[in-house]
Amino acid sequence: MTHTLIRSAMAAIALLVLAALPLAGPARAQDTIKVGILHSLSGTMAISETTLKDVMLMLIEEQNKKGGLLGKKLEAVVVDPASNWPLFAEKARELITKHGVSAVFGCWTSVSRKSVLPVFRELNSVLFYPVQYEGEESERNVFYTGAAPNQQAIPAVDYLAKEEKIVRWVLAGTDYVYPRTTNKILEAYLKSKGVKAEDIMINYTPFGHSDWQTIVADIKRFGSAGKRTAVVSTINGDANVPFYKELGNQGVSAKDIPVVAFSVGEEELAGVDTRPLVGHLAAWNYFQSIDTPVNKEFIAKWKSFIRNDKRVTNDPMEAHVIGFNMWVEAVKKAGTVAPDKVIDAIVGVKVPNLTGGVSEMLPNHHITKPVLIGEIRADGQFDVVWKTPGLVPGDAWSKELDGSRDLVADWVRLKCGNYNTKTSRCGG
Amino acid sequence: MRTSYAHVMAVLLWSLGGLALAGPPAMAQSYEQALAGFAADAFSDTDAAITAVAGSGHPLAAKVIGALQDGRLLFNADDRKIYVREPSGTVLDAATGRPVAGEAPPGLKSVRLNNRLRRSVEAALGSLTLLAPEPSRRLAAAQAVFKSRDANALAALEGALARETDVRVRKAMLEARAAIILTQPSAREADRVQAVGVIRDRSDRDARALLGGLPADLPPTVQRTAAEAITAIDRHLARWEMVQHLWYGLSLGSVLLLAAIGLAITFGVMGVINMAHGEMVMLGAYTTFVVQEIMRTTAPGLLDYSLAIAIPAAFLSAGLVGIAIERGVIQFLYGRPLETLLATWGISLILQQAVRTLFGANNREVSTPSFMSGVVELGGLAVTLNRFWIIVFAGLVFALLLGVLRYTTLGLHMRAVTQNRRMASAMAINTGRIDALTFGLGSGIAGLAGVALSQIDNVSPNLGQSYIIDSFLVVVFGGVGNLWGTLVGALSLGVANKFLEPYAGAVLGKIALLVLVILFIQKRPRGLFALKGRAVEA
Repeated sequence: MTHTLIRSAMAAIALLVLAALPLAGPARAQDTIKVGILHSLSGTMAISETTLKDVMLMLIEEQNKKGGLLGKKLEAVVVDPASNWPLFAEKARELITKHGVSAVFGCWTSVSRKSVLPVFRELNSVLFYPVQYEGEESERNVFYTGAAPNQQAIPAVDYLAKEEKIVRWVLAGTDYVYPRTTNKILEAYLKSKGVKAEDIMINYTPFGHSDWQTIVADIKRFGSAGKRTAVVSTINGDANVPFYKELGNQGVSAKDIPVVAFSVGEEELAGVDTRPLVGHLAAWNYFQSIDTPVNKEFIAKWKSFIRNDKRVTNDPMEAHVIGFNMWVEAVKKAGTVAPDKVIDAIVGVKVPNLTGGVSEMLPNHHITKPVLIGEIRADGQFDVVWKTPGLVPGDAWSKELDGSRDLVADWVRLKCGNYNTKTSRCGG
Repeated sequence: MRTSYAHVMAVLLWSLGGLALAGPPAMAQSYEQALAGFAADAFSDTDAAITAVAGSGHPLAAKVIGALQDGRLLFNADDRKIYVREPSGTVLDAATGRPVAGEAPPGLKSVRLNNRLRRSVEAALGSLTLLAPEPSRRLAAAQAVFKSRDANALAALEGALARETDVRVRKAMLEARAAIILTQPSAREADRVQAVGVIRDRSDRDARALLGGLPADLPPTVQRTAAEAITAIDRHLARWEMVQHLWYGLSLGSVLLLAAIGLAITFGVMGVINMAHGEMVMLGAYTTFVVQEIMRTTAPGLLDYSLAIAIPAAFLSAGLVGIAIERGVIQFLYGRPLETLLATWGISLILQQAVRTLFGANNREVSTPSFMSGVVELGGLAVTLNRFWIIVFAGLVFALLLGVLRYTTLGLHMRAVTQNRRMASAMAINTGRIDALTFGLGSGIAGLAGVALSQIDNVSPNLGQSYIIDSFLVVVFGGVGNLWGTLVGALSLGVANKFLEPYAGAVLGKIALLVLVILFIQKRPRGLFALKGRAVEA
């Protein structure tokens, strides 16, 4: 009796599923443009990436309210690569081949970007990458809307040397590719500016490092040589909270040893008591506290979309806003979503950013951005204390490193991401 | 008697300043002109205004600059007038010191500071508050002058020194004077040599920084004494550094002990490879967060005592989840370590994602009670209070657990069941119930660790993951099934780590430690304190 019951129930479910499929599938695929969102919603990186997924959903919803794109509605396809680097490649493949998305917005860590590169090259699709990174890369299928080192690290060091008269430097970072490359660039840059080797201390810590007592004590000792000292922090992710807590505990104030961070924004400070941290710095291309009408409008829209008044906005979110708007403009210009046409059309596209300027997509697939230095306020926001007079074009290849100095990326004229000007050959 | 006279004078002077008597017209003019600089909202103008206001000698100067330091100095961009918001909320006109009639004008913005300005403010306040009635403020003022070495403060400093009676403040003032004399080219050579002596007696990092940063064009005698003083201070600091390493090691060891001691019960005593142990720690930390959130809304005044409620709450919630896991999954897997490992690993992922869905992926802020914040200087050793209390807490938990196992019926049954399950069963002990309670106890203690870790680490869904490997390392190293082994294991790993770290760096230090433990386990497979007897062979 029960067996028959179960069997018939199963059959009913199977029928329902089959019946639903044709309705949900091809019928809708015809009149929408699909946009892939490849951000971790679980695992270590969920802390940073979930917000980016939400901001993409908001942008897509907004574009649909404006009537969509090319007369079609946009449809977001969200997948969860779960902070698992190989899974990023699998999910990217799934987005492009199974769902047929026209463009993908995603990745955070450099290792996840490196893992999806072959997929985008092989399947010839488009990726918008919204996070500041170490540079030394330019791919035909990738658009880098975050900062390259010359749009973040170098101006920050210049600011400290000029305004805070810093002559002694601690380069502290998490032990992986972004901090190691950035610190290599910074070390070369500082030495070219006449900083001696004994005035540079480099320190790496593992991901999620939580006991900072020794390192903060080391920094204090390094800072007591009678020369103005600063810490340049490329510490990433969760390790920042105990690091800043220890700084506060051991009484390292920004007045004595300022810390400038490249990976700490409004979102990361949301879980920290920032009162002991007032005056420590961060270098970004966007801060929530920027007082422009477009930014105010964006913050209001974000808060009402996420239905939480306490949520903050940050730099990678702005990068997605710029990237998405550039893609929309390029699609309109090309009249199609076909990747080859969009890749050609997008170079030279200009869209307003949220800090009051107009960002442009460059032939090396990086964009122009202003560089801002902010000081942490007691409420967890940043006070902009310095900004570049104009917008800074992003360098794919650093001018500070041997080997990379001779390379240029130009996807319009040279059709190459690593053209060597010395040997006049593509391929480094 | 002279003491009280000086105090009365200081108090009088101070309260006169507060009364905001308008000074002579010329002075008031320059003070008001200086004030206008704050309205420009440009850092260079603000800097000039700070110097001008501080130098004006106006009785309101200290109040205005104090307000600037706390972000209570406001300006009106339209009419360029400056206001001070009192901590009580009343808004004063900075030019007259009188409360603003009626409502404060709308659109007031606070004057912004950057690090350079914060230093100027501190220096200015230092020379302005050297005569403050409270010794603590005078001490802060003297320390500020020591840092700024502002030659203009010398006269005020001499005046303050003449009437200072508090020993600590007096010492700080003498050091500040020495710092100024040392860096002033016009000072006499003998005075400067004497100043080096005063700085040398301070023998801390700030003194080292001051002497190390002296200009190169000093007279040779001063240079020589300074170089000697630097060597002496370095030697002194190096001695304290050993003590500091030991302290850091103890502190890391206590954190490891807290994280591992629950595992010492579930893995060490029961033999369950519990990969979800870290998540019990995480649940304890989130319980602390929830308790604080509830108290923030219902009884904000009692927030300092929230940990007292969080401790039992975390023990209960993590313990109950532990019992549920034991009854629901693990009891079917006894004797099958590989399946237990996989199942508990799965549970840990489920718990992480559940917390992520419930509380969001972001870190949650757990506030630190006031008795746990700050730092106490013991000679050259900086003891951070949160670390200190965690060491105390770890010791208490350890003692309590030993007591429970040794002196209670539950503890007796636990030991009986783990030593000989069938015999214990024959003695009418409900072994299933004891298993559940033991696992609950281990998990509950992990929850307690979570309360402590919420004070020093992120409260995020990944909290537990970072401690699980270390916990297993401690239990295996110390000897499975022995609580004392866990204690010794945790402390020795902590201390070894902290002595390795300065030489090898955090990454290599950790690797070196792992290699050492592996070698040690090769030599002594049962760890530091091996259990002996028939129970082990069974």
